[in-house]
Amino acid sequence: MSQQSVLYDVPGPRQRRITLIASVLIAGALLAGAYFLIYLPLDEKGQFSMDLWGPLVDPGNEYFSQVWDRLGAGVKNTLTAAALAIVTSLIVGTLLGVLRIQLKELNRRRFTGFATPVAYLLRGLSMALSAITRVCVEIFRGLPVVLTIFFVARGLPEFGVSMDTLWYLVLGLTIYNSVVIGEILRSGMEGLPPGQREAAASIGLSATQTTMIVLLPQAFRIMLPALISQLVVVLKDTSLGFIISYEETLNIGKQIIGVLSNPIQVYVVIAVLFIVVNYSLSKLAHFVQHRLSRGRKTAGLPAQQPPPAALTAQSEGGGGVS
Amino acid sequence: MSVIIDRFDVFAGGFWLTLQICVLAAIGALVLGAVVAVLRISPVPPLRAVGTAYVTVFRNMPLTVVMFFAAFALPALGSNADFLRIPVLDSVFTRLGTDLPYFRFALIALVLYTAAFVCEALRSGVNAVPAGQAEAARSLGMTFTQNLWHVVLPQSWKASVVPLGSVIIAMIKNSALVGFFGVVGDLSQTADQLTSAEGLAFVPVAIGVSIGYLIMTVPLGALLDRIERRQAVAAR
Repeated sequence: MSQQSVLYDVPGPRQRRITLIASVLIAGALLAGAYFLIYLPLDEKGQFSMDLWGPLVDPGNEYFSQVWDRLGAGVKNTLTAAALAIVTSLIVGTLLGVLRIQLKELNRRRFTGFATPVAYLLRGLSMALSAITRVCVEIFRGLPVVLTIFFVARGLPEFGVSMDTLWYLVLGLTIYNSVVIGEILRSGMEGLPPGQREAAASIGLSATQTTMIVLLPQAFRIMLPALISQLVVVLKDTSLGFIISYEETLNIGKQIIGVLSNPIQVYVVIAVLFIVVNYSLSKLAHFVQHRLSRGRKTAGLPAQQPPPAALTAQSEGGGGVS
Repeated sequence: MSVIIDRFDVFAGGFWLTLQICVLAAIGALVLGAVVAVLRISPVPPLRAVGTAYVTVFRNMPLTVVMFFAAFALPALGSNADFLRIPVLDSVFTRLGTDLPYFRFALIALVLYTAAFVCEALRSGVNAVPAGQAEAARSLGMTFTQNLWHVVLPQSWKASVVPLGSVIIAMIKNSALVGFFGVVGDLSQTADQLTSAEGLAFVPVAIGVSIGYLIMTVPLGALLDRIERRQAVAAR
């Protein structure tokens, strides 16, 4: 049930008429689509048979258990790769984000406690380091994740490093996503009011303590929606494993199609699998976000941007795009 | 590094093809996304349901699945995507009119997938307009369309430029996938071709191809940062 929009008034007779017509048209289109998907892919003789859907939906079919065993293995591989990639990119991304924040803080300092040449040296060093990290982030953020995975899988063997395809996939996903997560973290930290850092300094916390105790927990709360949609993106991107022939869901589906030649049916099933998993993940994200924002009111923290007055249904998460 | 200079024409050709598919897909996705966004905020519940369903489906499905569907299931349904051979367009973008339909299939997949995100970007812009604006317009007796066209959309545009830009950047990066789906000659397929078939050293080829993508994504990202900063200043 979506929220009532303020763009329009309570439905009048005209609107009810439009609603009726639209419902009929849409129902017709959906029925036609279902007909198209189920009946149109006929077998060679031009006859509809369960041959094409059978291996996927009919337990009596000779391929049924094989197909679902393999698809299950594919789902397991997908989840394995996604879980590993999420863990590694969270770790690396947090380190990267904190590094960039700390370097920025360091750039502000004048190193007054040191002799003048040493101070200049330290300042130059921190500025160079932050420039280098910045360039690296821009490069890896600007490259397609497909290419990162492809480069890892093609490039590493050329330097004498060969691994299981799972690790190529995880490494490729980590390189891209840790950079993105680092940026999310950084923007979360920069979204915090400067008073937080000043207050922490005034009660004598060190820079590390300030980051760990004061800033990170708050930043985490701000960045959670963007973070979770990025994690959904990681899950979606594991399907790129087919490029380096990692045996994930989609690749297994391709193999099944190669044997049974029922592309539409298999892709529909795979799409449904992905949609169910990702949709429930984003619903979970909504729930967590809701809980956290409820906590925020009682914690008496500085007012966040209140969610913009809802003209329509609430928007879902951040702008995570794969 | 001499590989990049020696085979400059190959890299440039790949860049040109990637640029073509990006421009076409961006136009298509903006149009379709705008339509879906209007559906999602429209007063007619079934249309709203359709818009929501579209966005839910395409946002939660990997682009890879959409591409596979376009490239292998459309032919099984007997479609050649001939409706995309638009007379004037296919003389500018020659690949649209070719007999091998993979360019058109890839285009369909990119447009369908990106439109969901474009819709969300536009809608987030609408959500950023204060409710009082729409209420005021309604109290003047404006209809839904007038309200949208004269009051809400012009204001929401400002808030949706930045998310729209990041959607387009993501789309440019996503377009790297088309090379693995039979579109011959784009940047990612060039990388594959030069390293596997011609056996060139990997690193220079990777650098050349990366430069191709970075030329498109980094300046656009910098531009977006600028716009964002300017808006932040203006908002104060």
